[in-house]
Amino acid sequence: MLSFLIRRILQTIPTVLAVVLLVFVLFSVVPGSIVSTMSDDSDPQVELRMKKQLGLDQPVYMRFGVYVARLATGDLGASFRTREPVTTMIAKRAWPTLQLIFASMAFAVLLGVPLGFIAALRPGSLVDTVSMVLAVSGLSLAKFWLGLLLMYLFALRLGWLPSFGYGDGSLKYLILPAVTLGVSPMALLARTTRAAVLEIMTADFVRTARSKGMSETRVVKWHVMRNALVLILTTMGLQFGALMGQAVVVEKLFSWPGIGSLLVDSVLQRGIPAVQGSILVVVLFFLAINLLIDVLYGVIDPRIRYA
Amino acid sequence: MKLRANLVIGGSLFALAIIVGLLAPWLAHTDPVMDANLMNAEEPPSWTWWFGTDGQGRDIYSRVVYGARISLTVGIVSQLINSIIGVGLGLSAGYFGGWWDDVVNALTNLMLAIPSLIFALAIMAVLGPGLTSLLIALGLTNWSFTCRLARASALSLRNQGYVQAATVLGYGDLRIMITQLLPNMLGPIVVIGTLGMGSAVLSEAALSFLGLGVRPPFPSWGSMLSEARDQITTAPWLSVFPGLAIFLTVLGLNLLGDGLRDILDPQSRSRRT
Repeated sequence: MLSFLIRRILQTIPTVLAVVLLVFVLFSVVPGSIVSTMSDDSDPQVELRMKKQLGLDQPVYMRFGVYVARLATGDLGASFRTREPVTTMIAKRAWPTLQLIFASMAFAVLLGVPLGFIAALRPGSLVDTVSMVLAVSGLSLAKFWLGLLLMYLFALRLGWLPSFGYGDGSLKYLILPAVTLGVSPMALLARTTRAAVLEIMTADFVRTARSKGMSETRVVKWHVMRNALVLILTTMGLQFGALMGQAVVVEKLFSWPGIGSLLVDSVLQRGIPAVQGSILVVVLFFLAINLLIDVLYGVIDPRIRYA
Repeated sequence: MKLRANLVIGGSLFALAIIVGLLAPWLAHTDPVMDANLMNAEEPPSWTWWFGTDGQGRDIYSRVVYGARISLTVGIVSQLINSIIGVGLGLSAGYFGGWWDDVVNALTNLMLAIPSLIFALAIMAVLGPGLTSLLIALGLTNWSFTCRLARASALSLRNQGYVQAATVLGYGDLRIMITQLLPNMLGPIVVIGTLGMGSAVLSEAALSFLGLGVRPPFPSWGSMLSEARDQITTAPWLSVFPGLAIFLTVLGLNLLGDGLRDILDPQSRSRRT
């Protein structure tokens, strides 16, 4: 187990390095000097001095070397404008984003998995048809549109929930963004669960269990559920990535002070260190989640061994 | 029965979106960009203004109609780029194997590690807003599933008798890949492509919503919704119609993709029913 963990962590290192390189290269080919977009007066002397201060007068490979060396010490650089370290900027916003991501995943799992299960246990029934129509609709919605509609109904019309912002960080502020973000993973989980359960129901070991007189409840509980969990987990793992991406839009819509809105704001203001830093943190988080899921596979399904 | 419903409803919705986009100049009542008139600002939906008007007095119906052009162009073209990259890399990796396969695998893993919307956002940040940037950003970031699929198919197909026969007959590698392997893996790739088009339409809307896609005043459904957000208290109808257009288009593509999967990918049908 421990050696598996170590091996898996080592395996992610090339990916992380590649992402670092990719993000760095992407932003060092930005057309137009960052400095010239920052200062209004185009005094070449001022520009040169600023470039020197920011280390932008060095060749690209030198800058990359410096960047990686700093990264190794956990330094993501500082904002060109405010000089605030990117690490602090991200640290302040990590908790709201984590709250949002996990709340929406919880919403998706608690609703999507039972929905898929119920649908699969009665294939072709009204429940099945309705839930699958709902699921495909959930996948086709633009998240920010759904968010706007929810905001209009529950905040502006009914006044039940605050329309945007983080407030004091209490639950009522979290509900609308989390539901908005959670709808499409919920829909996908419902579909995956249904497909997985339908497939497992026809498997030999289920037929054996039934023929030896096991009650249907026990068959579903002991054989179907456990086996479906592996597929459900896989979908969840992949969905975390999509959630991180979609969170950018949802955070912006609800003025949620997370990493996603930091990323968008930094992109709009060309705050390159913050953009690089946020992307890197998002990727690291996503890789960590996938590692966790790989570990969970073995807990759920003893057939999967960490050789 | 359900199989047909998917195809028919999905196909019709997608066809409707294409027709609306093609016939936009004839269907629209006014010019979507130029015809702003503050005298008509924020009119609710009525017989004159089917979908109402926005804060600058522009006809929302006409803007939604023209918006179909941007959404569909981005959806179709960027997904075509993705499919070509995915098939090109995956097919050649599976066919040749060796170091090239390792390179393609590493690239695919890298793509899978970065959430695609975030990658697209980063590319938009570098290229700046606009239609061309959108096509590039969304065309380069969503090919990994196609690539994996093409690679897996190529791996299983390359040892088939008819492929070996083609080798014996002296066919070149490129000819074998295009005439022997590609046609036999096309079904699932078309399915993924159709579903990918739907997600490209959603991504375009998201990027335009964030102010990184098509710049106002040009009518993209996403940027229309971004403007609608600021007027949600005074003109809530602005938030309804562009979103509905996105929903119906993407729903059409998703249903079409599901329906095509049932026909073209029989393996998954037996898995699903």
